[in-house]
Amino acid sequence: MRRLNPSLVAGGVIVGVIALMALLSFVWTPYDATLVNPSGRLAMPSWEHWFGTDKFGRDVFSQIMVGSRTTLFVGVVAVGVAAVIGVPLGVLAAMTPRWPSELIMRTNDLMLAFPALLLAIMFGAVFGASTLTAMVAIGIASVPSFARVIRSGALQVMRTEYVLAARAAGRKPFPIAARHVLPNVTSLITVQASVSFAIAVLAEAALSFLGYGTPPPTPSWGRMLQESQEFLFSAPRLAVFPGIAIAVAVLGFNLLGDGLRDRFDPKLEDRR
Amino acid sequence: MLVFGFMAVLPGDPARVALGVNASDEAVAELRRQFGLDRPLPTQYVDWLGGLLRGDLGTSYVSKAAIGPQVFDRLQVTLLLVVAGMLIALVLAVPAGTVMAARHRRLSGVALSALSQVGVAVPAFLAGILLIMVFAVKLGWLPANGWTPPAVDPVQFLRQLVLPALSLGLVQGAVLTRYVRSAVLDVLREDYLRTARAKGLRPFPALWRHGLRNAAVPVVTVLGLQLATLLIGAVVVERVFVIPGLGSLLLDGVSQRDLILVQDVVMVLVVAVLLVNFLVDLLYVALDPRLRTGSR
Repeated sequence: MRRLNPSLVAGGVIVGVIALMALLSFVWTPYDATLVNPSGRLAMPSWEHWFGTDKFGRDVFSQIMVGSRTTLFVGVVAVGVAAVIGVPLGVLAAMTPRWPSELIMRTNDLMLAFPALLLAIMFGAVFGASTLTAMVAIGIASVPSFARVIRSGALQVMRTEYVLAARAAGRKPFPIAARHVLPNVTSLITVQASVSFAIAVLAEAALSFLGYGTPPPTPSWGRMLQESQEFLFSAPRLAVFPGIAIAVAVLGFNLLGDGLRDRFDPKLEDRR
Repeated sequence: MLVFGFMAVLPGDPARVALGVNASDEAVAELRRQFGLDRPLPTQYVDWLGGLLRGDLGTSYVSKAAIGPQVFDRLQVTLLLVVAGMLIALVLAVPAGTVMAARHRRLSGVALSALSQVGVAVPAFLAGILLIMVFAVKLGWLPANGWTPPAVDPVQFLRQLVLPALSLGLVQGAVLTRYVRSAVLDVLREDYLRTARAKGLRPFPALWRHGLRNAAVPVVTVLGLQLATLLIGAVVVERVFVIPGLGSLLLDGVSQRDLILVQDVVMVLVVAVLLVNFLVDLLYVALDPRLRTGSR
């Protein structure tokens, strides 16, 4: 039996717990995460409020639970956008003749020089701060890395004998891509999705922190962190809980990505 | 073109924003004419690009001040922060990554590896907030925010630089550590290092004399990519520590809808990223003579 991969297990457990918390928040949270309670503001952690309350008297634990929904939602859509555009682009670059392929990849390289956060800030300025804007911007910024990784995998598949045989048998490029190339780069897509998810979580948190992400009153870990800044001297715990949530989520997706990579390419395992 | 295109579709009239909602249509039209906003977009683009190439970044729609000197002043602040952050990252990553590789099967190596994995997961702005909580709020050793130019008060400058530089450097150091570990592990498996050990050299001297230059090649590539990340990370860290750098200028420009200012700052940041990548390519060739012949 194959040995359990510690990164995969740890990452899977963390991501699983966050996903469960997000799902649970649809049916149950200790309090309404957006309920303002002026008489109970800045309460210390207690049995009533496990993580205390914020400046508006809102329950911090409930906000963290609902915030996990925002985080996962942004990640899923951003990675979806990146995969839907990046995967076909990578396969196309691997299957087309030299100059169109070069054109795609050089344009891709140019986009790589465009940092995700910068693109997202510009999107925020153009279309206004919203979760949708953040998701799409982060997704578009992740397209180049998807395209690059998938192209390298697809190039390897294109050199295999079964693809050469399919080409010799007169199969058209599209059926070759659908039947031979895509199924063989699925592992790469999975690994890249996990890595991009971690980047999306970080970018969403940074954007919300700057005020260009999820607008109030929808709870978001990044904005909770930003709102905690004015209470660093009087209630520093307000920064600790969303901070830990962000770091644990990113850690989970990073570990999952590492674990998946090791599983699909065991030769790499010893190098991590 | 990408930067200009995004800014061109920005909703709202920059002239109207600059003059306020109560401004008359005539005044808005006059300002649009003054800034050349009434001309076709291709003409505006060519003018803007020509100005950039001549070093003329134009005039702010809001403050009416020349943008070039502002960007230059702010860029110096950001570069100081980024360089300090990168130095901290290097000082942390090279020894830690080497130890992690040399002892990758021992407890100390595994513990350091786990620690670096946690470090990678912490965003720089979160590290900044945590550092403020410990060193400014709890211990009161360092100021929580602010910026003093080094020429005005060097001591205060250093005191104010420590926490923001640490927040950038610690996180990037954690990322870099993993690459150093991977590169050193690769080198440790090479035949020339085995030969050096067989000659009687102890592990660390052998690695120092024969391995580090080879391990430096992939690390330099990552270093370049990280410099770009640091430059963008500084945008958020400047907000945490209220530092008047390029990031603050960009965010001010976005909130005031100062279109030309945003365009210029984004352009400067993207050019800086491209420039760093180009310099890394040059350094890559300098470090690895095999690349000069074009053979692999």
